[in-house]
Amino acid sequence: MSTPAGGLQLAVSDLRVEISSNRGVVRAVDGVSLQVAPGEAVGLVGESGSGKSMTLKSILGVLPSEAKITAGQVVLDGTDLTRLSHSRLNKIRGRRIAMIFQEPMSALNPVMRVGNQIAEGPRVHLGMSRAQSVQRALDLMRRVGIPDPERRFRAYPHEFSGGMRQRVMIAIALSCDPELILCDEPTTALDVTIQDQILRLLAHLCRESGTSLIFVTHDLPVVAQICHQVAVMYAGQIVEHGTVAEVFRSPLHPYTLGLLRSAPDVDNPGQSLVPIPGAPPSLIAPPSGCRFHPRCKFAEEDCKVTDPPLRILAAGRATACLHYERCLDEMGAEA
Amino acid sequence: MTAPPLLEVTGIEVSFSVGSPLAARLRGQQHLLRAVDGIDLTVQRGEALALVGESGSGKSTFARALVGIERAKRGEIKLDGKVLPARRSSADQRRIQMVFQDPYSSLNPRLTVGGTLRELLRVHHVVPRGEVDSHAKELLRLVGLDEGAAQAYPRQFSGGQRQRVAIARAIALRPELLVADEPVSALDVSVQATILNLLQDLRADLGLTLLLISHNLAVVRHLCDRVAVMYLGRIIEVAPTEALFRGPRHPYTAGLLAAIPRMTAEDEDEPPAVQGDPPSPLRLPTGCRFRTRCPLAQQVCAEQDPALTASPDDPGHSAACHFAWAAQTASTTEAV
Repeated sequence: MSTPAGGLQLAVSDLRVEISSNRGVVRAVDGVSLQVAPGEAVGLVGESGSGKSMTLKSILGVLPSEAKITAGQVVLDGTDLTRLSHSRLNKIRGRRIAMIFQEPMSALNPVMRVGNQIAEGPRVHLGMSRAQSVQRALDLMRRVGIPDPERRFRAYPHEFSGGMRQRVMIAIALSCDPELILCDEPTTALDVTIQDQILRLLAHLCRESGTSLIFVTHDLPVVAQICHQVAVMYAGQIVEHGTVAEVFRSPLHPYTLGLLRSAPDVDNPGQSLVPIPGAPPSLIAPPSGCRFHPRCKFAEEDCKVTDPPLRILAAGRATACLHYERCLDEMGAEA
Repeated sequence: MTAPPLLEVTGIEVSFSVGSPLAARLRGQQHLLRAVDGIDLTVQRGEALALVGESGSGKSTFARALVGIERAKRGEIKLDGKVLPARRSSADQRRIQMVFQDPYSSLNPRLTVGGTLRELLRVHHVVPRGEVDSHAKELLRLVGLDEGAAQAYPRQFSGGQRQRVAIARAIALRPELLVADEPVSALDVSVQATILNLLQDLRADLGLTLLLISHNLAVVRHLCDRVAVMYLGRIIEVAPTEALFRGPRHPYTAGLLAAIPRMTAEDEDEPPAVQGDPPSPLRLPTGCRFRTRCPLAQQVCAEQDPALTASPDDPGHSAACHFAWAAQTASTTEAV
C-alpha cells in the first residue's frame, strides 16, 4: 500500500458542513482540519452539537440528507473523497475506511445472519469465494472474541447482547483490512465492563494490524484510554489539538480546561466541580469573534471581535485561544 | 445511633412475567424475571447512598419499587420506622420523590414550568393557596433558575435546565427521601457539574436524604457517602464509599472498578477486568450468580449461594462472596 509523501494517510482540510433547517442554515462543521497518520488513533471530543459526528460522517459521505458539505476536502492518498461519485466512494467504504456506530442494533441488518454480514465485505470488496469469505468471517469472529463462532455464524443480531453486537460491528469493520476505522461513540451504549472489553479489543486489533482510528466521543477518560492525539471541538470548530497526555495534563484552551474541571474524576474524589457557565451557542447565528467568549472567564475585548485561528505552538500543540497563557497560569496557580 | 434509619427495606422482591406462562411451562422454563430478588437496605437520615450496577442489575426497578411506581411482590419498605402499605396515601407518596434520567420525557410538555409546580403545590396542599405563586418562584430560585422560567414551557429549556426543573418538581413536595435515577447521564459533561453541585447543595441546605442510582462510578464517588453494588437483582457488596473504592471485597466490584476508563493511560495489553456477558436473568447460574464470570470461582461457588456477610472488622462493609473475608478470618484466627 502506497502512502503519500510525509506518511500522511488521511487529511481533512477546512471542512464545512451546513444543515438546512426551517430556522436557518446551521453551520454544523465550520472549517475543520485534521490529519491521521498510519497506525494513529485520534480522538475527536466535544459535547452534543459540537460537530464531531458530522465531521466523521463527512469523511465517508454518510451525512443525513439535510446536511451537505459546502467546502473543504477529505484527501485519501491524493484523492478528494468529497468529489467522488457514489459508486467510486462505495469502493472505499468498508474496504479502505470502515465505520463503527454507537447503536449496533440499528447499523446491523436485522434479517441477515451475522456471519453473512461479516462475510459480505470480503466477497464484495476482496473478490473472495463464498467458502473463503465464510472462513474469513469465522476467523474474524474468533479474533473479536465471539465464543463458538460456528454456531453463532447463523444467528441473527437480535440473538446477541449489546457487547456481542458491537463485536460483530468490529468484525465487519475489520473484514477487509481497512487502513482507517471511524468510530462514532462505539461504547457509549455499553456497560462499563463491556466497554472495557471492547476498548481493549479495539486497541489491540489496531495495534496488531496498524489500522488508524478516528474516535468520536464525549467521554474524556475513554479518549485517554485509546487515543494518541486528541482534537477538542466546540461549536463546529476545533479549538485545541495535541497529544492526549499533554492536552489533558495542561490544556491550552479554556474550553478544554472547563471540560476537565466539570467532569468528576474517579481517582480524585475530593475535587470540586466547576461547571462551564451558560450553554453552547446556536450555530445558526454563532457569537462574533471567538465562539466560546460568552462562556469564557478569560475573555477580553479582542475575543469578541477576532475569530481566532487554530494556531500551531511548539511540539505539535495547537490552540484557538488568543490568551491561552491564562490556562497555564491557572493550572500553575493550582499546583 | 438511636434514631431509626429513615429507610429500611427488607426482602424486597419485584418480578415481571416474560412471555406466556403456559408456553414457559410447556418448555419447562421460568417465565418470571426476578428483576429485584430479595434486597435488604437501610438508609440513614441525611445520608447519600449510591446504588450502582450495570443495565439489568435491577437498580432502577428497585428505585421504582421504593417510590411506589412498581409493586413489590414480597418484602416491606419502612419509612421512619413505619411500614408503607402497598397502596400509599398521598401523604406517603409525598415522602419519597424521584428524579428521572430523561428530563425531556418526565415533564409535562403542555404545562409551563410554573404551572407544573403550582399544580403540585395545590394538589398536595404544601403551602396555603395564597402562597402557591411565591413558593413556586422560591423553588425555581432554589434550583438556580430565574423567576422568568415560571412562564416558559419545558421545550424552551436546555437539558440541564430541564433537569433543574425536574429537581424543583421533586423537592416541591418536601420529600424526606429523594431518589435520583441517573440524573446526569443524559446531559453534556459541562452541564453535569451544575446538576451534581445542585444536588450537593440541596443536601446541605435542606438536609435531604439521597438515593442515587448511577452506573457512573466517578459521579458516585464524588457525591455519595455509601455505595451498594447490585448484580442480577441482588446487592453483592455495600460499604462506605472510600472503603469500597480502596478495598473492594467482591470480585465483581473489583472488576467494575478496574473497568472504569481512567484519565491516565493504562496497559492496553492487560486482559479486560471482567470477562464475558452477564447471564440471562431467566437462566441464573446455581450458587453464586457471578461465578460464570468470576476469576476466583471454585466448586463451592456453584453449590452455595453466598449470603451478604459483614466484615469481621467493619460491620458497615458487607459482601456476598464466599472468599470476601477469608483473609481476615484467617488472620483473626491466627491472632487468637
